[in-house]
Amino acid sequence: MPVFDLSATPLRALNSALHGLEQGTNDTRFEVVNPRGHHAVAVGIDSPVSVEVHGSVGYYCAGMNDGATVTVHGSAGPGVAENMMSGTVIVEGDASQYAGATGRGGLLVIKGNAASRCGISMKGIDIVVHGSIGHMSAFMGQSGHLVVCGDAGEALGDSLYEAKLFVRGSVKSLGADCIEKPMKPKHLEKLARLLEKAGVTGVQPEEFRRYGSARKLYNFHIDNADAY
Amino acid sequence: MSYHNPPTPPRKSATFDDHTLAEIRRAAATGIYDIRGGGTKRKVPHFDDLLFLGASISRYPLEGYREKCETSVVLGTRFARKPIELKIPITIAGMSFGALSGNAKEALGRGATLAGTSTTTGDGGMTDEERGHSQVLVYQYLPSRYGMNPRDLRRADAIEIVVGQGAKPGGGGMLLGQKISDRVAEMRTLPKGIDQRSACRHPDWTGPDDLEIKILELREITDWEKPIYVKVGGARPYYDTALAVKAGADVVVLDGVQGGTAATQDVFIEHVGMPTLACIRPAVQALQDLGLHRKVQLIISGGIRSGADVAKALALGADAVSIGTAALVAIGDNDPKWEEEYRALGTTAGAYDDWHEGRDPAGITTQDPELAARLDPVVAGRRLANYLKVMTLEAQTIARACGKNRLHNLEPEDLCALTMEAAAMAKVPLAGTDWYPGKGGF
Ligand SMILES: Cc1cc2nc3c(=O)[nH]c(=O)nc-3n(C[C@H](O)[C@H](O)[C@H](O)COP(=O)(O)O)c2cc1C
Repeated sequence: MPVFDLSATPLRALNSALHGLEQGTNDTRFEVVNPRGHHAVAVGIDSPVSVEVHGSVGYYCAGMNDGATVTVHGSAGPGVAENMMSGTVIVEGDASQYAGATGRGGLLVIKGNAASRCGISMKGIDIVVHGSIGHMSAFMGQSGHLVVCGDAGEALGDSLYEAKLFVRGSVKSLGADCIEKPMKPKHLEKLARLLEKAGVTGVQPEEFRRYGSARKLYNFHIDNADAY
Repeated sequence: MSYHNPPTPPRKSATFDDHTLAEIRRAAATGIYDIRGGGTKRKVPHFDDLLFLGASISRYPLEGYREKCETSVVLGTRFARKPIELKIPITIAGMSFGALSGNAKEALGRGATLAGTSTTTGDGGMTDEERGHSQVLVYQYLPSRYGMNPRDLRRADAIEIVVGQGAKPGGGGMLLGQKISDRVAEMRTLPKGIDQRSACRHPDWTGPDDLEIKILELREITDWEKPIYVKVGGARPYYDTALAVKAGADVVVLDGVQGGTAATQDVFIEHVGMPTLACIRPAVQALQDLGLHRKVQLIISGGIRSGADVAKALALGADAVSIGTAALVAIGDNDPKWEEEYRALGTTAGAYDDWHEGRDPAGITTQDPELAARLDPVVAGRRLANYLKVMTLEAQTIARACGKNRLHNLEPEDLCALTMEAAAMAKVPLAGTDWYPGKGGF
């Protein structure tokens, strides 16, 4: 198993080793030690390898991930798993702002808390946060699921499109055009599957509330001018 | 004896002119701001306010057809492993599939390729047709991130991080429901038919320090191969250029207030942003202060129409220019041959700007399959290539007259200004003097 010590090896060596891996290669498990808050760790991976990062990372860890499983045994800086296409990213600690921003697919699991703008502009990614999330989360969320086992900060789901939000705890306030919606059996089923995939135990789907778009801002209308 | 005032003709107010009155009535009737395409329609100081001096006893000219005048340019020489080599210093600006039809995008790719230059994607992602027909394709990285994915990032030839546009520095994109067809909706992961407002800020970075890290990430994802451009609207060109360079840009794209847009509020288009002419010298100054002029390339856009404009932008220190509106006109936008249909839309050829409504008679700013089919991408591509060739020949004609065997050897000393404003903005002497405002302390 290749091990990259980022206190001695440049970031470039790690990322180039992770790109363009031949199909059927034996090196499918990578380990990164001493990440020391490096930015852009394990970005742009396009094959189903697994990467274990031992320590905390800076901005954009696992950015644009397409198929890999990246686990951060520590906390992650802003934009972890930004624009993920597919695969799984797990943060054992907390995540900073914009976790999972613009993600298109795959699963992002944050075992601690996530800061503001979690899931901003999400476009199909599933995000499960074991703890709580900060303000303006899922801003302009287009598609995908955001599951929060704790609480959500102000203006959740502002200007939301079709992303589905599930929060177990309190929501400080809802953003423009975001409303609570009834939880239907299909939502409970989806939620149960996401909780299981994200390793959340002792929590039932029925404990969550669902939020989504009121779709009132989808077309310009003069009576909505205050919201624009 | 009664006294009669001699009658005077009715007098309209200069402040409340017909257009202003009509706009007040339109606002009162609809309750919503006016949205339109195109660039600012007001007159601003521009390249027309500059003239070249030409050769004289102290400068000898070059022969028109016999002595070569080099036009090529290399972009992205600072950090990228694979810089871009263009035959001409005129590129096609980013315009989205969505705003433009698939055929129009294909025509732009074909025309640019024939002329040996690049074209650019836009807010809405990369289409296969566009990639296929563009030899050199710049992939925009926008706040909306519609359609953004690592595969397209890798099959692009350069990446352009869009911070802003000259038509609307500080504004996001708009694409109204009429143009959100099934394909456009799918590429943007949005429901069909909604009025779509793109974000005005990037979702995962703010400020120059973050931008530096974002550029690092994009370079790491693409293995440091691709040139990275940063595009800004004309606002604070000295500082924006310096900050883009500090953040690690290979190329800075600077778009002045005349720059076109697919759809924006008229108030934004007309009242926010700096004239293109006023942007160039401060940007060049920033590059010179950093010792990076010609090492980080500068692309100027916003109202470029002719080879003379190209030559003037280059003389003021730009490495290349980019065109949007002119390229659309070259492929058939606002062509008088559709006059009857423009009339039916309540407008006239040359003034049609309701591009957001998707009813373009020329089939360019539309997603309607029947209208789009009016544009033959092969013929339109050929027209664009012709136009690019003419612009290049014109710029060469001027450069040779100034004794330059490379377009890039043109310099501010080759120019004079016709107005005080242009002299101040371009920092070239007012015609017939050796002075421009700001020179010598007043
Ligand atoms: C129809 C249209 C669509 C545009 N779409 C985009 C876009 O998606 N992204 C962008 O950065 N600029 C966009 N622009 C601005 C151009 O890239 C460019 O800055 C501008 O057109 C240059 O000015 P000019 O039109 O006077 O040549 C668009 C312009 C037009 C006319």
